[in-house]
Amino acid sequence: MTKNWWKIAAVILLIYTVVAGFLMGVPRLVIVNETIRALYFHVPMWFGMVIMFLVSTLYAIKYLRNSDPKNDILSVEFANTGLLFGLLGIFTGMIWANYTWGSPWHGDPKQNGAAIALLVYLAYFVLRGSVDNAEQRSRLSAVYNIFAFAAMIPLIFIIPRMTSSMHPGSGGNPGFNMYDLDSKMRMVFYPAVIGWILLGVWIATLRVRTRNAEEKILEIEDYA
Amino acid sequence: MLKYVLLLFLALSTVAASAQEVEMADGMRAEGKIYVVVAILLLILIGLIAYLVMLDRKVSKLEKRISERK
Repeated sequence: MTKNWWKIAAVILLIYTVVAGFLMGVPRLVIVNETIRALYFHVPMWFGMVIMFLVSTLYAIKYLRNSDPKNDILSVEFANTGLLFGLLGIFTGMIWANYTWGSPWHGDPKQNGAAIALLVYLAYFVLRGSVDNAEQRSRLSAVYNIFAFAAMIPLIFIIPRMTSSMHPGSGGNPGFNMYDLDSKMRMVFYPAVIGWILLGVWIATLRVRTRNAEEKILEIEDYA
Repeated sequence: MLKYVLLLFLALSTVAASAQEVEMADGMRAEGKIYVVVAILLLILIGLIAYLVMLDRKVSKLEKRISERK
């Protein structure tokens, strides 16, 4: 149980997020009104996605250095979880945009950038699916993984800041300042981010462990 | 001078008043229905987490069986 403390932390933080996220006070802002509470759920999806993709890229680099298939499994399963978070982020963003910007897809640079970034990562799975040789698949996709991460950062975090975007934290906008200044929201937001990231890591490690078990079973069957 | 000070006060007070008028779900909170929302979300969250815990245990058992085989 001692090595699972972070899973317990994830559960406690997420329960706290739901309870405090709906019951604690938020600033009274026009247009967003009560939907400001979506910040505790929508934004941590993107934080989670970036962390998952970062871990995925680190293991891709590790794979290229030592060609250990274990690193490839870690890399692909963290990318899988990152994609899940990204899709949840984009769909929650669409619901939110529908009520605050007027339409679910506003063609906002932040939305377009996020969509392109997800497509870049979908191509990663297309690439993996199209190579038969396991070693080649791992190496090619590891190289592509580094490119995908390098493309995702400017698409989501730099380009929307350089043009005009309605998304908070982007061009022409005061960033998170107006929310961040509210210390009550910060007390829920940061625990929420940590909680969701930990949940993502939990899901990813479960996937990794199943894959590793699968590989070992195949090994045993080969001996028999 | 006094005129400007008064004008400033007036401007500030209207800003404060408009901030008060922002529509929030105060009625829902007053009626206590917000607790219904929290209860439903908690149930979904705990249900999903319980599912993850069971999956975690299943994988642990599988790993144990594999290491015993070796």
